[in-house]
Amino acid sequence: MKKADAVPFVSARGISKSFAGIEVLRDVDLDLAKGEIHALLGENGAGKSTFAKILAGIHLPTRGTLSLDGRTIEVSSPVAAQKLGITLIHQEPISFPDLSVAENLVLGRSEDGWFSRVPWAEMTIEAQRSMDLLGVHIDVARPMRGLSIADQQMVEIARALASDSRLIIMDEPTAPLTPREVETLFGIARRLRDEGRTIVFISHRLEEVRALCDRVTIFRDGDKVATDTIGNLSDVDIIRLMIGRPLKEYIHKHSAEIGEVALEVQGLTLPGVFHDISFSVRRGEIVGLGGLVGAGRTDVARAIFGVVPATGGVVKVDGKAVHIDEPEEAIALGIALVPEDRAAAGIFRTLPVEQNITAAVPDRIAPTGVIRRAIERSLAQDSVAKLRIRLASLNQPIGELSGGNQQKAILARWLLVDPSILILDEPTRGIDIGVKAEFYDMIGELASQGKAILLISSEMPELLALCDRVLVMAEGRLTAEIARSEASQERIMSAAVPRVEAAA
Amino acid sequence: MNALGRILARRETGIAVMIVLFALAVSLYKPQFLTLNSLRVILLLTPLVMIAAMGQMLVLVARHVDLSIGSMLGLSAMLTGMMFRDLPEIPWGLGFAVSIGIGTLLGLVNGALVTFFRLPSIIVTLGTLNLYRGLTFIVSNARQVDRQFIPADLKGMSQTSPLLGIPWIIFMAFAVALLTYWFAMHTRVGRQIFALGSNPIAAPLRGVKVTQVTLLVFAISGALSGLAGIMYASRWGFVNPSNTGFGFEFQVIAAVVIGGVSINGGVGSVLGVMLGVLLMGCVAAALPLLGIPGTAQSAIYGAVILVALLIDRSVRRQGIARFKAARA
Amino acid sequence: MSAAETTPQRIAGRGAAPQRSLWHVILVRPETMTLVLLVLAVILASQLSPFFLDISYILRSFTLSAEFAIVALVLTMVIIAGEIDLSPAANMALSTCLFAWAQASGVPMPIAIAIGLVAGLAMGALNAFMVIGLQLPSIIVTIGTLTLYRGLAQIIAGDKSIRMPEWFIGIDKVLVFGVPATVAIFVVVSLVLGLILAGTIFGRQIYQIGTNEVAARYAGIRTRRIKLILFLLMGLAAAIAGMLTASRLGSVRYDLGLGGELQMVLMAMLGGTYIFGGRGTILGTFLAAWLLVVVSTGMTVANLLPAIQLTVLGVLLIVAIIATNLIYSRAQR
Repeated sequence: MKKADAVPFVSARGISKSFAGIEVLRDVDLDLAKGEIHALLGENGAGKSTFAKILAGIHLPTRGTLSLDGRTIEVSSPVAAQKLGITLIHQEPISFPDLSVAENLVLGRSEDGWFSRVPWAEMTIEAQRSMDLLGVHIDVARPMRGLSIADQQMVEIARALASDSRLIIMDEPTAPLTPREVETLFGIARRLRDEGRTIVFISHRLEEVRALCDRVTIFRDGDKVATDTIGNLSDVDIIRLMIGRPLKEYIHKHSAEIGEVALEVQGLTLPGVFHDISFSVRRGEIVGLGGLVGAGRTDVARAIFGVVPATGGVVKVDGKAVHIDEPEEAIALGIALVPEDRAAAGIFRTLPVEQNITAAVPDRIAPTGVIRRAIERSLAQDSVAKLRIRLASLNQPIGELSGGNQQKAILARWLLVDPSILILDEPTRGIDIGVKAEFYDMIGELASQGKAILLISSEMPELLALCDRVLVMAEGRLTAEIARSEASQERIMSAAVPRVEAAA
Repeated sequence: MNALGRILARRETGIAVMIVLFALAVSLYKPQFLTLNSLRVILLLTPLVMIAAMGQMLVLVARHVDLSIGSMLGLSAMLTGMMFRDLPEIPWGLGFAVSIGIGTLLGLVNGALVTFFRLPSIIVTLGTLNLYRGLTFIVSNARQVDRQFIPADLKGMSQTSPLLGIPWIIFMAFAVALLTYWFAMHTRVGRQIFALGSNPIAAPLRGVKVTQVTLLVFAISGALSGLAGIMYASRWGFVNPSNTGFGFEFQVIAAVVIGGVSINGGVGSVLGVMLGVLLMGCVAAALPLLGIPGTAQSAIYGAVILVALLIDRSVRRQGIARFKAARA
Repeated sequence: MSAAETTPQRIAGRGAAPQRSLWHVILVRPETMTLVLLVLAVILASQLSPFFLDISYILRSFTLSAEFAIVALVLTMVIIAGEIDLSPAANMALSTCLFAWAQASGVPMPIAIAIGLVAGLAMGALNAFMVIGLQLPSIIVTIGTLTLYRGLAQIIAGDKSIRMPEWFIGIDKVLVFGVPATVAIFVVVSLVLGLILAGTIFGRQIYQIGTNEVAARYAGIRTRRIKLILFLLMGLAAAIAGMLTASRLGSVRYDLGLGGELQMVLMAMLGGTYIFGGRGTILGTFLAAWLLVVVSTGMTVANLLPAIQLTVLGVLLIVAIIATNLIYSRAQR
């Protein structure tokens, strides 16, 4: 581990950022030293990614200044950042699938005129050399399409090195990687540090942060709450700083009577996506489904719901084997799914809140096919009151509501269906802390009404607090089933991280 | 993958094979199809399409489409023809500059509408397709520019040959193709067009100036349509407000997509487009020999576009499957 | 849709946006723009010629565009659902050529009509198969089928025109309550489709699909089935429109309805249908059809060349989408 230099390499002062009037980052001061690996930690939406994007020129800060080697800098665009030697490596790397690896490597580096020559030969040789330098074997003449995520990250890193970046920001790079790929990445990161470069590493995984990083900065709700050497902080300290209160307070008590098996899945398989998934959810039970992003959890939910049906295995509802090819059929069987990506799969952004709420119950609002406005309105009004959705008017486009209220409206849509089985995929992602608590209450309340609930979440405290059992997936397989009494962050994590044998 | 495998897997190889098979099949039925003379016929059918196809390729690679090329061809040919008629002493070579200039201007209008108002190019160019055609009638008063007004030297370019009996305009078409190849593969902006079409969201993050590049591809498409316009005057010796360039867009789009340019942007090669144009030329030349009326041509263009879409889709599918396999 | 309805309980606080005034809601609608333009066009045209204050003159002029206008109504629904169909004019030609060819070769009229209608449906089905089944973009698919259908019509009919039997000719001259029959059909179809789109669950789901197809599917909406119905409806409407055109013209050629796709798209766009889907109304397209008739008849009365009219239509199309986009992006804020 290296000592932080006396003169900071990068220094941020009073960085603030607002989106549409909502402040997501407040007065952040942060110094990065030369030759250190610096972790940014925090819950989803805590501001760490926003900060990273400001460093990389993707967002402009609303207030505040950045300086590099003591000089104030203006990072007005990603290209400007590149010129200053700052590179951001996205979790899903930016790539141009139809261009060759070599072209992906050099694109945007040169500032020559439009009609200047593209030096194919030199470019290819140089690209191959940078890949060799990293110790990865990728044919640089092949198109980017078809490269694994890990290889695409390597191309990004090679890109950063080729333009001699001195500050490399990695935004959750390890989430989609296998352990072996993670090791390779860490090896390279350490080497770069030893060359005197600075690396900012964003991750949710504490053990990775411990293994790799020298210092850590913790964000919470848009504030920087701490910066310290990693050795000075225990895991408990870090978690406390991240969530702002001891873990215990999160625990929500719900006492539902656990009844018959409502949903049973046996040997569910979709080749290349998930394999041999078996579990059951009982009435009144909240079953968590944990794992890393990309482990196949969402795909399992989508298969059960008929969005992308599985090719093998059996789904049983109330003990009867069913065949679901379309969400419509799932709904008819009493299954509801609150999808992960609200904007893409949940809301009809420009349509009124009312129509968003009633979208899944056409038969109730239009028994004869003709919409009965009075029925529709009263259904929507009841939902708004019950879930305390804040809005100005039911005619308001749902896109104008806050994220939490949008999510409530989507939940309301599914409660109108009166499902016996409710699948919630990351229901609290991107939602205010306060509204989150409301959601937790609601989920508990639904379980005590006798609904079987499958809760997919990447947030450990959420799983630990709410669930009667936690299932864990890794790389498309179910790796653990943990009872509430035995559940801990460590057990879930160790099951979620793919084992070395499993990695091909 | 070895070198041979790579060559075989290329889309261009597939089209070349299709051309050969098609020619063989036709010649079984009509042996005269495989003669030098019919090659001449085929080659004479292609230069206009080839030139406009190069522009259309760049537009498609940038994830747009230009439906107005036939009307741009018509309008620039008409204005140039009228210039020859009304100002007979003007040197005929100047016609090229005028026609290309007008085409560029019209293309820029398309590009400006697409970029500044963020409109789908297909609707914009459907509008300008009609707008430019209407303007052609207006400027010409719906009158044709007749044979006697087109300079003899210009017409001569389609008849006289510098080499091997191949007329000038065919050499010009190949020159345009070569130039396009250089532009698309060996200039920075050329590669930026591919980057833009391959990932439009990420392109600006890599310093691609989206507005300028989009304007440029539409301008090029217009310029090449303008060039095709004056070559129309050379090839046919007249300019007619309703016929000149009418329905040309479908021929060109058919040739381009069968030549392997993806409608999803980012993919396309000059060689593939040249072969696509050649294949369409073969089909057009074979029709009269086989006793199929020329009226069937439009149906064939339509069928070719649909078939090319299907090929494109299956290629993409394979790509995705391979991608998934790589991840799994 | 329903603009002036009572506000539910107002819950103030974070996340609540201010409610818009009723005026704002009415004014910032593209149909309002269409209506204003229509009134302006009538005023202008009546300066040009007193004919324009004669309703029967306008009705007679409308018969020239009524067939396209009928198809444009269905096209409006297709565009709202997030797709587009550029092939209906070619479909009109092919289905009508088949119908005319069948009846000219001695097939009894009812069967010939059935052949035409089935052909129209089949063309709609082919579009639907390529777009829904194979998931290709409708914009390119229908450019391909537009060329294909028109070419097939050319093969069937050649350069000849096929004469219709006397009794079949002149549906546009038949008056229903003083209104030419084709115009009456247009009005009735407008009413029916308008009610379906605004008042039924089928119509509601069209908007939902066009706004967010993925979300619609997650909400249990049979997106593929609804799109299939729309493409079939498109094919059927085109076949009917083709036959109405044949009756008006008295003979059928392969170039029947040539360039009609521009007019149809234009009617939808002028009526405020959003090119990216999810917004638009039948009322808008209905008004736009009248607007277009007044404009083009006005140009004819003013003795403008048909070609100039083409130019004007092209300009109108571009202006209409720009204006509609601006209105919607403003309304969103």
